[in-house]
Amino acid sequence: MNIIEKILARASSKREVSPGEIVEASIDVAMIHDLTGPLAIKSFREIGAKKVWNNKRTVVILDHIVPASSVRSATLHKIVRNFVEEHNIKNFYDVGLGGVCHQIMPEKGHVRPGETIVGADSHTCTYGAFGAFATGIGSTEMAAVFVTGKLWFRVPEVIKVNVTGSFQKLVTAKDLTLNVVGKIGADGAIYKGIEFGGSTIRNMSIDGRMVLCNMAVEMGGKAGIIEPDEKTLDYVKGRTDKAFNPVKSDPDATYERVLDIDISELEPQVSVPHSVDNVKPVSEVEDVEVDQAFIGSCTNGRLEDLRSAAWVLKGKKIAKGVRLLVIPASQEIYLNALNEGLIKTFMKAGATIGNPNCGPCLGGHMGLLAEEEVCISSSNRNFVGRMGSTKSYVYLASPATVAASAVTGKITDPRRLMEEA
Amino acid sequence: MTIRGKAITFGDNVDTDVILPGPYLVHTDPKELAKHAMEGLDPTFTKRVGDGAIVVGGKNFGCGSSREQAPLALKYARVRCVIAESFARIFYRNSITIGLPVLACPGVSGKVETGDLLVVDLGAGRVEDSSKGLVFQATQLPDFIMEILDDGGLIEHLKRRIGSK
Ligand code: SF4
Repeated sequence: MNIIEKILARASSKREVSPGEIVEASIDVAMIHDLTGPLAIKSFREIGAKKVWNNKRTVVILDHIVPASSVRSATLHKIVRNFVEEHNIKNFYDVGLGGVCHQIMPEKGHVRPGETIVGADSHTCTYGAFGAFATGIGSTEMAAVFVTGKLWFRVPEVIKVNVTGSFQKLVTAKDLTLNVVGKIGADGAIYKGIEFGGSTIRNMSIDGRMVLCNMAVEMGGKAGIIEPDEKTLDYVKGRTDKAFNPVKSDPDATYERVLDIDISELEPQVSVPHSVDNVKPVSEVEDVEVDQAFIGSCTNGRLEDLRSAAWVLKGKKIAKGVRLLVIPASQEIYLNALNEGLIKTFMKAGATIGNPNCGPCLGGHMGLLAEEEVCISSSNRNFVGRMGSTKSYVYLASPATVAASAVTGKITDPRRLMEEA
Repeated sequence: MTIRGKAITFGDNVDTDVILPGPYLVHTDPKELAKHAMEGLDPTFTKRVGDGAIVVGGKNFGCGSSREQAPLALKYARVRCVIAESFARIFYRNSITIGLPVLACPGVSGKVETGDLLVVDLGAGRVEDSSKGLVFQATQLPDFIMEILDDGGLIEHLKRRIGSK
C-alpha cells in the first residue's frame, strides 16, 4: 500500500484498503476558523448535539479576518469564542495568539505523522508535508465530525511526483509547485492524492515541503503527502508531546501514474490570470506592470519565504506607485523575522507589515484591489475577483519574484535583479 | 427523485470565489448569500434563475475554497440541481451535505444550451434534454448519498440517525 492507503486503513481499522473503496475513518484532529466555523457551529446546534466528540482533538483558529474589520466579522468571532468556551476547547488561537491556520496547526503541535486530520478549509492538505493524511471539508460535514468523530472517505488513487536535481539560486519550492500545477492542471488530480518524493524533496526544508502540499488542492487533489523522515520527526517532536506512529509507502506500492521532474534547469515560474494552472516561466511575463505585491498566506508566509524576500530587498526601495504588503503567517514567524532584522529590511524598502492573518489572499478585508489593478502575490489562487475587484488581475509567484517585482514595478526575474546589483 | 428545470450553462473551472465572492462570507443568513450567487461571473444570475433552474457546468465545477456558503447560495437562489462534466471534491461533498443534488455527467457540457428544458432522474443518473431530444447517462450516486439527499441533507440525516438510536 502507499502511505495514504496505509493511513486510511489504520483510521478505519482495516488491514488493507484500495482505491475506490469507501471507508469510515476515525478523525484524529479537526480544525475550524472564523469563516467556516460559525456555519459548522450552527449545523452542530441544528443536529441537536450537546457535546463535541473530543474537545482535545478540536482546534479553533481565528485568522481569516482578524482583527475584526466590521461588526459582521466581529459577530462571527464572538460566535466562535462562545462555542470554544461552551465546549472548553483549549486549543484556541484568538487574535494575537496564532496566525494563519495552516501554519498554526503544525507550529503548535497539532499535526503528527500517520494521523487523519480534517479542517474546514481547502488548504488543510498542507499537513501532508508531515506525513499526515489531511484534507479540507465543508462546515456541516465538520459538524458531523464534531458529533461522531468520524467521516467517510473514498480511498483515492494516488499520483506520485518524483523530483530530482537541485534548484538554481533564487528558484524555490514555490516555483517547483507552480510548475507541477501547470503540468497536472487545475482538474488533473480531482479526488486523488499526490505523493511527492525524490532526492529534491528529501533535501527540501519543512517550509518548502509545506508549499508543495499546500497547493495540492489547486490541482483538485484530496491530499498532498510526503513520507516523514528525520527532518519531519525533528520538527514534530519539538512541538508535541503526544505519541505518534509514522508510516511510509511500501516499496511495491501502486500509483495511478508517476510524474518525473528534473528541476536543474527550472527558472522562476509565474501563474497568470485567471487560472492557477496557467503557468509560464517568468521570462515570458516580465514587463507586466504591477500595482501591488503581496508576500504572505498559508503558501508562502513562513520564515524561509521572508528570508528570501528580504535578501532580494536588502538595501533597495520598492518602485514608486507600488504597494508591498508583507504578512508573516504566525506570531512566532513574525517574532523570528523581527529578531533576524527582516522586518527592518522590509520597512526600509517601503513595505507595509500586517499582523499575522490571511490578509489580502482572499480579498476579505485588507489590501483589496481596485478595477484594472494588478497584483503579484505569493499566495495560491488567482481566480476572478479573488483579491478584490472582479476586474483586477492576480499573478502568483515565489516570495523572491514578488520582492523583485516590487522593486522594479514590473514582473521581474529575481536573478536578474541580483545580477545587476 | 425527478427534477425539472431550464438549463443555465457555464464553462470549465467555475470556482467557489465566483460562485460566492469572499466578502459575502461574513453573512450567516443563506437568503442573504443567495442574493450574491454567481456574482463573480454573472451579476444577473439570480434573476435568470427565477423560480428555479438547473446549472450545467464544464470540468472541475466548484474548485477552490471549501466554503459551504457556495452551494448554499446556489440552493437558496433556487438552483434545483447542478450537472457538470466533473466536480471539485469539496464542493461535491458540500452540495450533498446541504441537500443540493449534484450529478457528474460526462458529455453534457457543450451539448446542453442555456434555456433547454432538462428532466433529471437522480436515482437512475439519467439526464434528458427534452428541448433537443438528447439523453445523457450520469455517474450514479451510491445509496448512502441518495439517502442523505432523500433526507434533505446531512443535518436531517444525522438527526434521524441520532433519533433512532
Ligand atoms: S492564507 Fe489564503 S488560502 Fe490560506 S487559509 Fe488564508 S485565505 Fe485560505
